[in-house]
Amino acid sequence: MRNAFTRTFVYRNPSVLWFLAALGLFTLGVTVLSEGFGIGVISTSFVKTLGKTLCLCLIAIAMDVVWGYCGILSLGHFAFFGIGGYAIGMWLMYARTEGIVVTSLAAQSIPPTPQEISDAIGNQIFGVVGSSEFPLIWAFADSLALQLAMVVLVPGLLALVFGWLAFRSRVTGVYLSILTQAMTLALSLYLFQNDSGLRGNNGLSGLQNIPGFDDVPQSTISIVFFLGSALALALGYALFAWVVSGKMGSVVKAIRDDEARVRFLGYHVESYKLFIFTLTAVVSGIAGALYYPQAGIINPAEIAPIASIYLAVWVAIGGRGRLYGAVIGAAFVSLLSSWFTGGGAPDIDLGIYVIRWTDWWLVLLGFSFVAVTLFFPKGIGGLFDYLVRKQ
Amino acid sequence: MTLLEVSGVSVSFDGFRAINNLSIQIGEPELRAVIGPNGAGKTTFMDIITGKTRPDEGRVLWGEKNISLLGLSESQIAMEGIGRKFQKPTVFEDQTVRENLAMSLKNPRGPLAVLLHRKTAEGAARIEEIAEEIGLTEHLARRAGVLSHGQKQWLEIGMLLAQDPRLLLVDEPAAGMTTAEREHTTDLLRRAAQTRAVVVVEHDMEFVRRLDCKVTVLHEGSVLAEGSLDHVTSDQTVIDVYLGRKDA
Repeated sequence: MRNAFTRTFVYRNPSVLWFLAALGLFTLGVTVLSEGFGIGVISTSFVKTLGKTLCLCLIAIAMDVVWGYCGILSLGHFAFFGIGGYAIGMWLMYARTEGIVVTSLAAQSIPPTPQEISDAIGNQIFGVVGSSEFPLIWAFADSLALQLAMVVLVPGLLALVFGWLAFRSRVTGVYLSILTQAMTLALSLYLFQNDSGLRGNNGLSGLQNIPGFDDVPQSTISIVFFLGSALALALGYALFAWVVSGKMGSVVKAIRDDEARVRFLGYHVESYKLFIFTLTAVVSGIAGALYYPQAGIINPAEIAPIASIYLAVWVAIGGRGRLYGAVIGAAFVSLLSSWFTGGGAPDIDLGIYVIRWTDWWLVLLGFSFVAVTLFFPKGIGGLFDYLVRKQ
Repeated sequence: MTLLEVSGVSVSFDGFRAINNLSIQIGEPELRAVIGPNGAGKTTFMDIITGKTRPDEGRVLWGEKNISLLGLSESQIAMEGIGRKFQKPTVFEDQTVRENLAMSLKNPRGPLAVLLHRKTAEGAARIEEIAEEIGLTEHLARRAGVLSHGQKQWLEIGMLLAQDPRLLLVDEPAAGMTTAEREHTTDLLRRAAQTRAVVVVEHDMEFVRRLDCKVTVLHEGSVLAEGSLDHVTSDQTVIDVYLGRKDA
């Protein structure tokens, strides 16, 4: 029995257990302190912020696997995150609007026909962009199961096709980064158009209202999504830790360090990159699908290239090539970012000039990024290595 | 038996003919040294066999079935049983010696097979065996990056042996080695050549003499002379182009 355990990847990667234990404690603590299930010390909006942060941690570990372990600096992973968000958002918006429309039409003396209901829903959703027709991509919006499948399938297929084209042409390094950035920019610009079928720059809104649970208060819903995000992060962490341990991890890291050499060992490098790229895209989609119901709104600005660049900054500051580093980086920087830009940080009065953090936060972040890259290439996560070695 | 047949191969880079109507046959087993001055096309010759460079014309046939290697990718050629050691030692420095060898072992190479791969007793035994052979038993758990230059060269030869190839292409294995290390390397290569084909590209005549095998002299992308070392070094054209005119 002991032997069976020592052969598992968790035994070889004790940090997985540590991480899961810490995440479990954190989740328990937040739940107990929340308004929904506990004593109400933590506000519902802060629970949502924490839940969203967990989703960002999930996409950050995906980014760490694709960049820190496999060496592909993707600057487009937020596109997959956004697609996941849109996919779940379509169902949330459709089902909720349907509920409202059916209730209001029920007051009429003549029962409405299905066509009337459909038209009314279309009017409600697409009125803002001057249309009432359902675009083709909304064909499955009435089905939660199908839209959940889209959360996984659309990012997966996009990554598969994009990756296949890019990797088989042996596009690497900075050229690949530019290509991935172009992908997310193109998607963002397309979605900004009113006739894209996803409400242009209005995006999808009201996503915090879960159809069928209208009577459940947001304080409860927020905790449910918080716990769901924590579970997804735990599963994602364990999955990625397994993928990058053992022989797969060896080959993937070898590809990062010298892909030509790996080819001469007989490995088909492109298949490995495609596998990692697609797997991380799918996880990013799932992270997005959990994030946006907590954010309440998604619009095309969310998948602008800057979001994916932030993602790379989080992972770099947290520490590439170690999963807990990505989690620390994403949590630390995104929470700090909302503290600084949300007016939480006190302005500094220099007499002649007042430093307002809402303006200066980006400058501070930029300096931190440069400092980390120059002086602590292993990031915050590298501190753990240092402490472990000291013992 | 002929394992590899290169015939009439030419390749140009921007008008420069790196390989010019080159024909070489390698048997199995065989130990062969390829020598020649700088720019003779030694490394390009290896690039063509391993699929890194596509020739403009000519044929490269492999094995009993005379498969053409020209249509295959680098990884497919490696899977056919051709292993290559580069001039500069290229091992994965971030990983341990054991991990480097484990990655090279002859096992299925697909992503799914690798993902679900479990360590086996045979695999571990084979790694021990190779480590013994290349003299790195003590270093299995160390990071490859901390090894000495000579040890990295051996590790790379060990990675080749782990692939269990039928043909080993070795580019300047003795570069930067001490005399004792060179002797060990010669032994390694000669032992490997007992069961498979080994082609060694080398500058160093002393090293080639120690290998004691058939020698092919390349010059300007084609074969200038072939035979024992004494035979080729007494050839007047070889003396002229490679060793330099003594009377000059």
